[in-house]
Amino acid sequence: MENSAIIQINQLIKRFPMGKGEFTALKGINLNFGTGEFAGLIGPSGSGKTTLLNIIGSLDMPTEGEAVVLGKPISKLSAKESAKLRKESLGFIFQSYNLLQVHTVFENVEFPLLLLDYTTSERKKMVMDALEWVGLTDKVKSKPPQLSGGECQRVAIARAMVKKPSLVLADEPTANLDAANSHNILQTMQNLNRELKTTFIFATHDEKVIGYLKRKIFLKDGLVDHEEWINQ
Amino acid sequence: MKIAFKLAFRNLIGAGLRTWLNVIVLSFSFVVIIWAKGILVGWDHQAKNDMEQWEIGNGQFWHNQYDPYDAFTISDSHAPIPNEFKPEIEKGEMVPMLFAQGTIYPKGRMQPAMIKGIPASQILLKIPTHKLDTVTDAIPAIIGEVMARSSHLEKGSRVVLRWRDSKGTFDATEIEIVDIFSTTVPTIDVAQVWINLETMQEKLLLPEQATLFSFANVEENRPAVGDFKLKTKKELTAEIDAMIKTKSKGQSVFYFILLLLAMLAIFDTQILSIFRRQKEIGTYVALGYTRQQVVTLFTVEGAMHAVLAAALAAVYGIPFFIWQARVGFTVPMDTSEFGMAIAPTMYPIYSVGLILSTTLIVLLTTSVVSYWPARRIAKMNPTEALRGKIQ
Repeated sequence: MENSAIIQINQLIKRFPMGKGEFTALKGINLNFGTGEFAGLIGPSGSGKTTLLNIIGSLDMPTEGEAVVLGKPISKLSAKESAKLRKESLGFIFQSYNLLQVHTVFENVEFPLLLLDYTTSERKKMVMDALEWVGLTDKVKSKPPQLSGGECQRVAIARAMVKKPSLVLADEPTANLDAANSHNILQTMQNLNRELKTTFIFATHDEKVIGYLKRKIFLKDGLVDHEEWINQ
Repeated sequence: MKIAFKLAFRNLIGAGLRTWLNVIVLSFSFVVIIWAKGILVGWDHQAKNDMEQWEIGNGQFWHNQYDPYDAFTISDSHAPIPNEFKPEIEKGEMVPMLFAQGTIYPKGRMQPAMIKGIPASQILLKIPTHKLDTVTDAIPAIIGEVMARSSHLEKGSRVVLRWRDSKGTFDATEIEIVDIFSTTVPTIDVAQVWINLETMQEKLLLPEQATLFSFANVEENRPAVGDFKLKTKKELTAEIDAMIKTKSKGQSVFYFILLLLAMLAIFDTQILSIFRRQKEIGTYVALGYTRQQVVTLFTVEGAMHAVLAAALAAVYGIPFFIWQARVGFTVPMDTSEFGMAIAPTMYPIYSVGLILSTTLIVLLTTSVVSYWPARRIAKMNPTEALRGKIQ
């Protein structure tokens, strides 16, 4: 752990109904994450990495145990409080970018700021800064269908980073990208992690991503199998 | 809410053709509803205006016995003209009329007719009574176009007119049709023969007597005078109001169908959106929207169709409304025998109230049909929505 813990996960269990029974995706996870970490949840499909990421992102609730994110116990948050946490402190990067297709690049990146009380001029400056981080200032008026996969993911990173959140959760961010684009966006995220001290948590099984991680958490069948720390 | 409007507008404009197809259908509903309602208002206005100009002035005094729907009252519905009315009559602000039932025999056929005596010199009503001064060896008479058609009479035709005088004696003489007038008011046209009041009084042996009076005085609540009671303009045009009300109800069914079509399109779009845009919904939630805020966004987005439709309707509707108000709407059939005051060409009248109420109704209806499917969003699991997995 690099710094004080911003995420504390204790005996986290998550079960999903399946047919007449239940499927246990997480079987008692215990983890802590500190400020400025560049960590990854690594494992094959069904190992529970996306479920864990969703709970940390307050998009899902634990069945048992607790995840305290930025001092907020996820299981005790109301829908409004969860939304507030996501709005103010969390950034998300998805495998399939999840950009708003009919909005321009500028509008996509501006979206999280619209939910916060920024003025038009503040929003404009922050969006342009974020687009500069990802090298897309020349695409402000383009719409996602006009962009390549790599460009779309860079827009998604800008959108996640524009409000300078404490924590960015990235679910398989390179799954739809070629090697060159994957390295490009990973370097971008690495730079942002260094410059802004933002905590990044990935859910991945992509070797390219794993190569960039400073902390590797291997999940197997809903449990932490082992961890590796890379000293740089 | 401000953000919802901003995003909804962006989403709608971004959706392109899908949005515009809905907006075009909805704008068509706007224009047709406002136009059709305008026609009804115009008809009401025209009918009342024509009645006022051709028949009732600003009100009437009726003989106590007079009931236009009871033929048996006609022979007793007369009394001497009260002295109180004479100054108004002399100034031309009141027109006395005397009615009697009679029969005409055009081409040997017997045809009942209401004989109405009216001063030839009157100018209060638009009936061309000055023609009754035509010099002829028969009694000069004027009739309306509908009566002329039904009795096969034309200008210059002579026909025998029979009546019963106040003593009960039958009498008959020849009348000459000196003029045929065109009016939209059936109650002064259908089965009516107009002759000079003095001639009428003489033939009925009822000198200085009248059945009713139309007057120009705009004063309301005039007291009854002798045997004559006041009939206000409102009372006299009540039938038109009732008729318009009935028509209005009929039209509502038409509006309902029209709105239903437009709403169906919006409802379909909303349902489709909620399934097609699952990832987007999940994204909104991931970025900090509550589910309720997403429902609001989708509702506003649907309701905004109505706002865009109103704007589009204004673009082509306003020139159309102005053009219609100028040239009118010609009813594609003969309306003269409809039994109500309906002009061949009706001029629509649009009011601010009509436009605002129509806009409000369409906006509210659109909001409801947008909210309905949008409620399903609140039940979505955001993690599944993000992956577009909901069926």
